[in-house]
Amino acid sequence: MIVARGLVKRFGSFTAVDGIDVEVRPGEAFGFLGPNGAGKSSTMRMIGCVSPPSGGTLRILGMDPRREGPAIRARLGVCPQLDNLDQELTVRENLTTYARFFGISRAVARARALELLEFVQLGERADSKVEPLSGGMKRRLTIARALVNEPDLVLLDEPTTGLDPQARHLVWERLFRLKQQGVTLVLTTHYMDEAEQLCDRLVVMDGGRIAAEGSPRALIERYSTREVVELRFQAESQEEYAGKLTGVAERIEVLPDRILLYVTDGDGALAEVHRRALAPASSLVRRSSLEDVFLHLTGRTLVD
Amino acid sequence: MAHPTAAVLEYHLVSYRRTWRSSALSSFILPLLTMLSFGVGVGAYVRGDVAGVPYLDFIVPGLIASTAMQVAIAESTFPVFGNFEWIKIYFSQVAAPLRIADILGGHLGFVLFRILTSTAAFLVTTALFGAVHSWWALAALPVAALLGLAVAAPTFGYAASVPSDNYLAMLFRFAVIPMSLFAGVFFPVESLPGVLRWLAYVSPLWHGVDLIRAATLGVAPAWSVAGHLAYLATWAVAGWLLATARFRRRLTI
Ligand SMILES: Nc1ncnc2c1ncn2[C@@H]1O[C@H](COP(=O)(O)OP(=O)(O)OP(=O)(O)O)[C@@H](O)[C@H]1O
Ligand SMILES: [Mg+2]
Repeated sequence: MIVARGLVKRFGSFTAVDGIDVEVRPGEAFGFLGPNGAGKSSTMRMIGCVSPPSGGTLRILGMDPRREGPAIRARLGVCPQLDNLDQELTVRENLTTYARFFGISRAVARARALELLEFVQLGERADSKVEPLSGGMKRRLTIARALVNEPDLVLLDEPTTGLDPQARHLVWERLFRLKQQGVTLVLTTHYMDEAEQLCDRLVVMDGGRIAAEGSPRALIERYSTREVVELRFQAESQEEYAGKLTGVAERIEVLPDRILLYVTDGDGALAEVHRRALAPASSLVRRSSLEDVFLHLTGRTLVD
Repeated sequence: MAHPTAAVLEYHLVSYRRTWRSSALSSFILPLLTMLSFGVGVGAYVRGDVAGVPYLDFIVPGLIASTAMQVAIAESTFPVFGNFEWIKIYFSQVAAPLRIADILGGHLGFVLFRILTSTAAFLVTTALFGAVHSWWALAALPVAALLGLAVAAPTFGYAASVPSDNYLAMLFRFAVIPMSLFAGVFFPVESLPGVLRWLAYVSPLWHGVDLIRAATLGVAPAWSVAGHLAYLATWAVAGWLLATARFRRRLTI
């Protein structure tokens, strides 16, 4: 579906995407995970054929975005990072007018709008204006708009950023259904749980480069341990406790507010901590997540 | 299958449905007020003819041209700027299988529609009051359309380039108002001193005024018709090229 080799995007002298290799296969859900400014949106815009690459090669659906932009875009669905709905039009009109850009007849556009509004649970709001809708509803409408042309490939730039947990789960559930229908999804996120829930494969991006690639599980196995113990100490700095923890874990990360112990057996490690009479103010044993992978790869946390 | 440019035009028309009533009403208000004010009020003070015709008959074609210009400017400043900066509709359009030419052409097509309906309303109203003297007056509509494009196309380019909407207000102060006052709408440009007269000749508005005045009065224009049309077309084409370059730069970075 997508093949990128050494893909580069420069804005003036600034390099936002610095030579990435990506391959997305039909039917999979592929994720770009990374912090603010990693170059996720810049990459998505190149894939969406609205931003010409500054270097490298890019092929989408077997075509060249520089020469065949409209033909590629006809088969894409795009949900941009910031909603750009027409606030003055009704929910329904946003879909029907957009469908016309794809050469879809008025009758089909109306039928599809109805169907999609049911799909994203906005059927009841079909004739209300967009402006008063909640953030989650607008997001769902943007996603519905991305589907009016029954795309083969859907690009979702941070589909759930800014939504409350309930709204996020609804979006995830809909995206999961799309995936089951065989639609290829490419999404960016800086939420670990989103990436773990939705993505078959993902790349971790940082500073315009790819730091790692694989399935969420494979990444966790490769770059982290099975379990993590989080310790919070009542102290000016967690640093002073780090020295006393040597040997307890395979790897220790010291964050401003807590210490993470990377271990195979979390309960065992926690017992050892207590045996050393270190008495953390709070402690938690959990499974490793992509957050830990990211921390390991970049030395930074993804969301604070 | 409809042409993609037509789909963009259709979007703007759907959007216009929301306000068309008040907009259509106001298209008739200016000509009505003009007839009242100039027919009854000013006309009584302006003794004799201007350039050989009653003042009302002189001014009506000028106002048709200036209406075309005003609508063209109004529809291509804030709406275009807003489509980039506020509602960001152009950015959603460029993600669909449209080309820059479709996005621009569809929106300009809508502006053309607004120009034509407004000038037609003006022409019909004033004709009913007897201020129009020739069937040639129908030619005022295509001329108004061309004049509108000659003004709207470069304004699209301008609105796509400026960093803030203050620059749009400047356009009104330094281009629209001077043109309305000095490009032959209210008095013949021949009464202007040299430099000002040449500025009037440079402005697209004067060329539209001269052609439309010739049409409603049924006389020959001051300049050659082909010369006027070519001059206006040059503005329109140069404006289109500028706007295309500006839109491309904004939408495909
Ligand atoms: N049009 C532009 N002109 C100049 N710099 C840009 C432009 N667009 C993006 N950048 C820069 O490129 C870098 C990558 O931006 P990008 O939007 O791709 O990041 P991102 O991973 O999507 O971040 P976020 O999570 O904040 O959305 C940033 O440093 C940004 O400031
Ligand atoms: Mg982004």
